[in-house]
Amino acid sequence: MRFALPLGLLLGLALSVPAAAAVGDRAPLKHVDWSFEGPFGTFDRADLQHGFQVYKEVCSACHSLNRVAFHTLSEEGGPGFSEAQMKAIAAGYKVLAGPNDKGDTVDDKGNPLTRPGIPADHFPPPFPNEEAARAANGGALPPDLSIIEKARVGGPDYVYSIITGFGQKPPAGFKVTDGKYYNPYFLGWNISMPQPLTDNQVTFVDGAPAKIEDEAKAVVTFLAWTSEPHLEDRHRMGLGVMVFLIVLSGLLYLSYRRVWKDAH
Amino acid sequence: MSGQSTYVPQTGFTRWLDSRLPIVRFAHDTMLTFPTPRNLNFWYAFGAILTFCLGVQIVTGIVLAMHYVPNENMAFDSVENIMRDVNYGWLLRYVHANGASMFFLAVYVHMFRGLYYGSYKAPREILWILGVLIYLLMVITAFMGYVLPWGQMSFWAATVITNLFSSLDQISGGLKVGTHVATWLWGGFAVGDPTLNRFFSLHYLLPFVIAAVVGLHIWALHVPGNNNPLGIDVKGPQDSLPFHPYYTTKDAFYVGLFAILFAVLVFYAPEFVGNPDNNIPANPLVTPADIVPEWYLLPFYAMLRSIPQKLIGVIVLGGAILTLAFIPWLDTSRVRSNRFRPLMKQFFWVFVVDCLVLGYCGSQSVDASLHLGGIEVSLVWIARIGTAYYYAFFWVLMPVIGLIETPKPLPDSIAKSVLGPAE
Amino acid sequence: MAATSTTAEPTRRDFIYIATGAVAAVGAAAAAWPLIDQMNPSSAVLALASIEVDLTPIQVGQSITVKFRGHPLFVRRRSAKEIAAAKAVAVSELPDPLARNENLPDDAPATDANREIKAEWLIVSGVCTHLGCTPNAFEGDFGGWLCHCHGSMYDTAGRIRKGPAPQNLAIPTYSFLSDQRIKVG
Repeated sequence: MRFALPLGLLLGLALSVPAAAAVGDRAPLKHVDWSFEGPFGTFDRADLQHGFQVYKEVCSACHSLNRVAFHTLSEEGGPGFSEAQMKAIAAGYKVLAGPNDKGDTVDDKGNPLTRPGIPADHFPPPFPNEEAARAANGGALPPDLSIIEKARVGGPDYVYSIITGFGQKPPAGFKVTDGKYYNPYFLGWNISMPQPLTDNQVTFVDGAPAKIEDEAKAVVTFLAWTSEPHLEDRHRMGLGVMVFLIVLSGLLYLSYRRVWKDAH
Repeated sequence: MSGQSTYVPQTGFTRWLDSRLPIVRFAHDTMLTFPTPRNLNFWYAFGAILTFCLGVQIVTGIVLAMHYVPNENMAFDSVENIMRDVNYGWLLRYVHANGASMFFLAVYVHMFRGLYYGSYKAPREILWILGVLIYLLMVITAFMGYVLPWGQMSFWAATVITNLFSSLDQISGGLKVGTHVATWLWGGFAVGDPTLNRFFSLHYLLPFVIAAVVGLHIWALHVPGNNNPLGIDVKGPQDSLPFHPYYTTKDAFYVGLFAILFAVLVFYAPEFVGNPDNNIPANPLVTPADIVPEWYLLPFYAMLRSIPQKLIGVIVLGGAILTLAFIPWLDTSRVRSNRFRPLMKQFFWVFVVDCLVLGYCGSQSVDASLHLGGIEVSLVWIARIGTAYYYAFFWVLMPVIGLIETPKPLPDSIAKSVLGPAE
Repeated sequence: MAATSTTAEPTRRDFIYIATGAVAAVGAAAAAWPLIDQMNPSSAVLALASIEVDLTPIQVGQSITVKFRGHPLFVRRRSAKEIAAAKAVAVSELPDPLARNENLPDDAPATDANREIKAEWLIVSGVCTHLGCTPNAFEGDFGGWLCHCHGSMYDTAGRIRKGPAPQNLAIPTYSFLSDQRIKVG
């Protein structure tokens, strides 16, 4: 009875509905059962390696991966490349080199001096600065992808929905801005990025299927790892900590009851 | 209740120490033998839980500070370094960030407990006011701490809140006091590197100030002794138990349960209470679609946004926290605990729901609205009603209900209530 | 009734407390480990614990300085004269008779052969063994290095010959990945 008034208020709030969706609101995201979701989730190693290939061959043309160091590619909880493979990947990239002995930072053609990457280097960006990135992309800035899945509501589902959400017909009356593309999962529905993936755009080394959904699933898994390289550590440690805390709390409870037995 | 010390040093060394610095005696009297009411329930464990939280935040904060760089060009990267490269850095960061949320969860339970059982009433007025001071210091510390990662939300929340001070211009005419205060806080013309650096310095300092005020808070508690769910005074030793082992073991168990909840957040939902926009580096030229503070500040945010006039909004916001300090004198009831106050109890629970509703309003965008049985109600109006009730609860209901309500009869003593009639 | 005091041997009541205390202590130790380990070198620092140096641009008779684990490392391509000068010295003449080479056992003598893998390439730490200054190449009486801080002189095998430095310049772990590339550390 004493809870009637507050309960009534809560009930009223629960029964109320947010106002109807407006033009430009994000469509409900596609949902995929990611292998890394849930308390015992882990990264699918094959997906990580395929995803890296998709990033390298498609996305890295416009999107940087600034915070990821090459050496993490061979570390535990990641794509699981061998140390030799990781070094080869690093060496395949050209990284900005410091001034040479003459003090030049550019060669005679005016291009910046570069050297092959080493494990300690991070992925070099496709553009030297924000202005160059915008100039090459119609004024839009392709975001860095290192933490993209933590930086968007919906995380992996959002990135997956965006990159597989192209090709749909916009609703009647909605005008797509010049130079942009219709994508109902993007706020405002006008996204600057053209459809990034097509079927078999990437040929996976192990012959795995490469339809758009497969490529998208792979790269989303890879980007989930770049966003959280220690996810598997976290899940593993979490299990140990939970078991420990439950046992400890049980013992603390028994101690508490033992002490209080004589109090009443 | 402070009584005679029963500590007797057993060894030569402890006798020698006791006559020079009675620190063991002090620990014995305050943490071992201290007489505590025998009927304290679950809600009374949150003092110990809060001490645990403060310890966790200070320890994780100090080690994080070994890696964090408070410079606008390096702050975000230094946090990424902690998350990716520092050994167990991801764990320390997630414990510290989620620890702040757990700290506020515990402090709100602790405050609601105090309100429900009348723990703010004489002779515990100073205890309550020290608690309000601790809460205010926590809010300031958390606000500054949130700025440190220098994400989009860090930057823009700092901008919004520090801009509030410029509303003082309205009452200072040509002097432009508000702008000067804001400039002084910023160390520049907007939130920037100088702001970040000083926030880091103060964020490191304030937890130790909090620890000192907590010391005063516990001292002020120990003078009259703890309140209890019945709200009646301890009348003799039959009403109380020594703090150790009764409440050390009981509190330890509840701290254990609290740690389980904490661990679920840290290990299985570490970004749940956070905002994804804070994983985007701060950009002074791009404002996020919705600027939202962390959940524990949402009710106050709702109050602020419900008032269109900036200065009034700031006064309402500040007044909401300041009001808490007056509670010991606003409540006119002779009965402490809401267990025996059937009318006040209902308004208390409405108040709890009110805080949750305000929190919800704060979390939504300014132009959001709800469909309540066919009518579209804007959240701003719900927040205004919520703010009105918040103020009315303290300034109208507390004085009035105490005078008009008929409390239930109080039990004779704690012991009788707990143990039943004497054999 | 208040709890009675426990007897000398652990009773069933004590066992609960002992078990709880033990589990709590294990938890405290487990919780303390990350707080201690976070101060150990991070993976970003460890990624630079090992470097590779390309030897192709180094001319005969040239010495370059490379940063290795935060300190200078000298990579010197010795001329035939420099090699001969180093080989001509008897170990008994040296103030420090030990090779100080991480690639060899601790007691290896400081013969020139024990100071490099290939005679032409001298890879040696650029930290003076006296008080840590960086010596200058091609200076001093022995054709090697001279440390300007207190006058220590090293020869063309990086061994201390004169001055207050107590030890030969240290040689870190290294190996040849190819004729033109070494991995140090």
